[in-house]
Amino acid sequence: MRKLACPREAYGRYLVKRAAEDERIVALDADLSGSTMSCLLREQYPERHFEMGIGEQNMVAVAAGLALGGKIPFVHSFAVFLTGRAFEQVRQSVALAKANVKLVGSSYGFSDFGDGATHQALEDVAIMRALPNMTVLVPMDPGEVEEAVDLALEIRGPVYIRISRSPMEYLPKEEPGLGPALLQDGKDLVVFANGLMTSLALEAREILAQEGISLRVVNVSCVKPLAKDGIQRLAADVKGVITVEEHSVIGGLGSAVLEALALTPKPTCLIGVEDAFGQSAQSHGELLAHYGLTTEAICERARFLMGRG
Amino acid sequence: MEKRDVKYLEAKARLVREGIIRAIGVNQRGHLGGSMSCADLVTALYFYKMRHWPEDPEHADRDRLILSKGHSVLAQYAALAHCGYFPPAALETTKQLGSFLQGHPERDRTPGVEANTGSLGQGLSIGLGLALAGRLDRRDYRVYVILGDAELAEGQVWEAATAAAFYKTDRLIAIVDHNKMQATGRIPELYDVGPIAEKFRAFGWRVLEIDGHDFAAIVDALDAADQSTGQPVAIIAHTVKGKGVSFAENVASFHNGALTEEQYQQALREIAGDGV
Repeated sequence: MRKLACPREAYGRYLVKRAAEDERIVALDADLSGSTMSCLLREQYPERHFEMGIGEQNMVAVAAGLALGGKIPFVHSFAVFLTGRAFEQVRQSVALAKANVKLVGSSYGFSDFGDGATHQALEDVAIMRALPNMTVLVPMDPGEVEEAVDLALEIRGPVYIRISRSPMEYLPKEEPGLGPALLQDGKDLVVFANGLMTSLALEAREILAQEGISLRVVNVSCVKPLAKDGIQRLAADVKGVITVEEHSVIGGLGSAVLEALALTPKPTCLIGVEDAFGQSAQSHGELLAHYGLTTEAICERARFLMGRG
Repeated sequence: MEKRDVKYLEAKARLVREGIIRAIGVNQRGHLGGSMSCADLVTALYFYKMRHWPEDPEHADRDRLILSKGHSVLAQYAALAHCGYFPPAALETTKQLGSFLQGHPERDRTPGVEANTGSLGQGLSIGLGLALAGRLDRRDYRVYVILGDAELAEGQVWEAATAAAFYKTDRLIAIVDHNKMQATGRIPELYDVGPIAEKFRAFGWRVLEIDGHDFAAIVDALDAADQSTGQPVAIIAHTVKGKGVSFAENVASFHNGALTEEQYQQALREIAGDGV
C-alpha cells in the first residue's frame, strides 16, 4: 500500500517553508484559505497574507501590483473562480504584463464533488494554456506539489498550479522534474497522464500486462510549456497513444499531446470529460466513474488500440 | 521639476498636448479626448509632484503613476518623453508596428510605464498591490492611479476601493478624470454611476474635488493628499474632454478620432497659443 497524503495540505506546509526562506513570498486568498490551505501561511506570517474577501478579480490585479512592487504573490482560490471569474485580470494584469504572480487553483476537476458543476473546474487548463507567458503545472502527487512550488519560484513570471482536494498517493519517480517523465516503460502503447490520473495509468499498466499488452506510462505535469520533443520521442516507437486527464478533452493535456504529435501522428484516444459540466455526487470516485475517468477506461482504450476491442 | 510654478506647469502642459497631437498624427485614429482631459493632471504629476528619475526608471523609491484609463496613454507618453525617458521624436512612432509606444500602456515595452492597462477597471487594484508592497518594504513611495469617470462603471473599481480602505493604504491616491463623457456620448444621458465623491466617501476614502485644469488647485490637492493618514485619497478632477483643441472639446467622436491635415495644424496652433 502506497502512502496517501492531502496535496493541498502538502502545498500549504511547503509554501510556509519556502516563505521562511524568501521574504518576498506573500499570499492572497478570497475567503477560501481554509480550503486552499493558504491559512497556514497566515498563521505563520499574518502580515504577508492578504485576505481579499470574495472578490477574485480585484485579488488577481492586486497580486499583479504586489509583483510589480517586487513581491512573489501566491494567489489562491478554487481553480474555477481563479481562472474563470478573474480570467481577464489574469490575461492583462498578469500574463501580458509578465507579472511574477503564482496562481494556485485548488479543488480542480471533480475533487469538490458535493458542490456540483459551479465549483468543478474542467476547463481551467485549456484557458490558462491559451495565454502567452503562462506556465501550467498539474502535479501528480503531493511530492510534485512541492516541486511545482519550487519551479514556480524559479520562473520569473506567471505560473498556474492546479491542486486537487482529494488525497493522492506518492508515486515512484526516478528523477525530479515536471517535464514528460517516463514512470514505467512499455513497448506497445504510451499513456500520457497527469494529476490524479497518473496513478490510474500505473494501475492500468499492471492489469494490461496480464493480458499481454505492454503500456508505457508517462507523467506530464508541465502541460505548458510542453516539451514537444519529449512527447514525440516517447511516442515514436509505439502503436498508439492514450491521454488521460481530469479535465475536458477540449484544450487540455490531450490537445497539447495531439499538437505535439501533429507531424508524426499515431492512433490516439483522449480520455477526459466529453464536453460536459459536472454535477454533485457523494464522492470524488463516484464522479470519476460516471464521467469515465477510470482505470478500466484506460484498459478499454488500450485494448481497442491493440485491435482487441 | 520641483518648482511650484503655475507658468512653468502650463508651459509643460502645452508640450504634453502637442505631443498627444503628434502621437496621433494625420488621418489615423487616436484617443485624443481622454488624453487631453487628463493632460494637466499628468503634467502636474510628472513635472511637480512625483519623485522619479528618468535616467533610472526602475528606481526603488520612485513614485508610481498607473493610468487605469489606459487609452489616454498618449498624455503619459508625451510627459515621459519631455521628462527625458525617451526622445520626443519617438512619439510619432506611436502605434506603428514594432513601436515601443503601443496603443495602450505596456510596462515591458515603454520606460516609465508601470503596468499593463487598457481593459478598464484594473488599475486601482494594481495600484493597491503596489502600495501594499511598498508598505511591506517600508518604502515611502506613493502610487497615483488615474481613472476615467466612465470607467467607474466597472465593478472591480469598487472592489479595489473597498480593499484599499480596509487596508488603510494612505499612499494610494486615485484621481478621477471627470470629463462627463463616455466613448459614445455624454454620461448624464447615457449611463451615470451617480455621485462620485459621495461614493468614494461612503467607501471610506478621503475625497478632494477640484478643477482638473487649474494647476494651482491640482498641486494643492496633490500636496493635501500627502497629509492623509490611514485613509486612501480620491481626487475628483472636473475636466473637459478634448481640452485645448476647440473643435474636439466635448465632442464624443474625438474619443478616438482621426485628424485631417487641417485639423492637425489647427490643433498645434491652438495648443501653442497662437490663433486661439
